Amino acid sequence: MQVEINVNGKARKAEVEDRTLLVYFLRDTLQLTGTHVGCDTSSCGACTVHLDGGAVKSCTLLAAQADGCSVTTIEGLAIQDTPTTMQLHPLQEGFKECHGLQCGYCTPGMIMTAADLLKRNPTPSEEEIRFALEGNICRCTGYHNIVKSIQWAATHTTKPEPNQQEEPIDADKHLFTNDVTTGEVVETH
Amino acid sequence: MITYPFDYKRASSIAEAVSMLAGGGKALSGGHSLIPSMKLRLNMPDTLVDVGRIPELKGISMDGDELVIGGGSTHAEIADSQLVKEKLSLFAEGAAHIGDPAVRNRGTIGGSLAHADPSADWPALVLAANATIVVTGSNGERSIPATDFFTGLFSTALHEDELITQVRVPVSAGSKSTYQKFAQPASRYALVGCAIVKQADGQVSVAFSGVSDTPFRDTDVEGNLNSGQEPGPVGRGQSIMSDNFASEKYRVHLASVYLQRALEAVA
Ligand SMILES: Cc1cc2nc3c(=O)[nH]c(=O)nc-3n(C[C@H](O)[C@H](O)[C@H](O)COP(=O)(O)OP(=O)(O)OC[C@H]3O[C@@H](n4cnc5c(N)ncnc54)[C@H](O)[C@@H]3O)c2cc1C
Ligand code: FES
Ligand code: FES
Repeated sequence: MQVEINVNGKARKAEVEDRTLLVYFLRDTLQLTGTHVGCDTSSCGACTVHLDGGAVKSCTLLAAQADGCSVTTIEGLAIQDTPTTMQLHPLQEGFKECHGLQCGYCTPGMIMTAADLLKRNPTPSEEEIRFALEGNICRCTGYHNIVKSIQWAATHTTKPEPNQQEEPIDADKHLFTNDVTTGEVVETH
Repeated sequence: MITYPFDYKRASSIAEAVSMLAGGGKALSGGHSLIPSMKLRLNMPDTLVDVGRIPELKGISMDGDELVIGGGSTHAEIADSQLVKEKLSLFAEGAAHIGDPAVRNRGTIGGSLAHADPSADWPALVLAANATIVVTGSNGERSIPATDFFTGLFSTALHEDELITQVRVPVSAGSKSTYQKFAQPASRYALVGCAIVKQADGQVSVAFSGVSDTPFRDTDVEGNLNSGQEPGPVGRGQSIMSDNFASEKYRVHLASVYLQRALEAVA
């Protein structure tokens, strides 16, 4: 079927199999590989993205279910403040400042879950942060620095709104598909 | 990854969904039980009928003395609803402890009840609250009391072409309630979940999830408590589950500990 999903502010249209999971649409069709697959059993949270503003596990959602919706991935959090520079989201800064990652595999999911939390609760307690991270597993850090990173972000005021910086592109003009021979994403009309 | 192909259809009304289901196919709501089970090929429907965008299945409101929750309401919508917090805090409390935030953003009350996982939270909550489950199928609408709804392990009174459209719960002033859950640390499902509603006159209803292969109202415990006695043993006559997370003996022990906590919370 054909799906049209607004991803990080851009309308993306593609032909996918009905059984395609959203995470594979993002990673394989759009080549947005910041969203990770840790388990594919809905347990680890590495695949967390925002669907119409709320955190969801993109391995447990069909691309078809997101048809017509807006998705924000880790790639959509930083904002382009000048044509050549990006400003990191406070959560990205926080993870950098507080050593909130080691291998980094869980990090995109941690940040997307934390971004959803901070949107609903800008000043969470440590307990609320830990409760919100229940569905995100990290095998490296022991979580303490992840909690600190989120606390850092909550106390640093510049919070760019994710996603909305770029002008949405007219969907009809942009049809993405995988080239069958090379596997590369090509834009067709 | 789902390793076999199937057809995806999206319904825009209850009537359309029922006619699609009558043609063969399985309802897809939040997908948070169905998609994982399809990945494991425990379920292999040829056609999915997405009921996740049907406006009639959404919304939470009061109808007289009943709280009416649309079958497509997500756990998060119920947990965050001001109306639910005011009228039936049991449901807000219970919904807030299902899985994790991402699960609550997608999973729905209708999907959870239809799936009837013995360790799910909604079954104990609807049983203790004396809810009625309203369903619509090709033969029209019917209302099933929660106490008649769960018929066994992953089994319900629902017919294949029927959709859970509403959960209706009587709300009475002066009642107290609580849901006490021991979450299995990895899955977050209930190893034991105990829901209690205590009416203003002191009468209690007590229900358990996670303990038996079918969620149940413990009528023996209720009888004892409502005649002023000690609760007595939990789960008499039930087929208590036993697995590598908890033996039968441990589960029953945990159930009576959580019953005690629940009784203290509504004292
Ligand atoms: C990581 C994880 C942790 C979880 N933890 C918990 C937990 O702690 N406690 C808990 O209770 N649950 C837990 N769940 C399950 C979760 O609550 C599911 O969302 C819920 O069981 C199913 O709801 P759904 O809307 O996702 O249904 P789906 O997965 O879409 O459907 C489930 C079944 O119900 C049928 N169905 C769906 N909607 C309807 C309807 N309106 N009418 C009739 N049939 C319908 C489908 O055909 C299917 O058979 C967890 C799930 C995951 C992935
Ligand atoms: S990959 Fe989705 S939860 Fe682990
Ligand atoms: S930093 Fe390695 S899994 Fe979290």
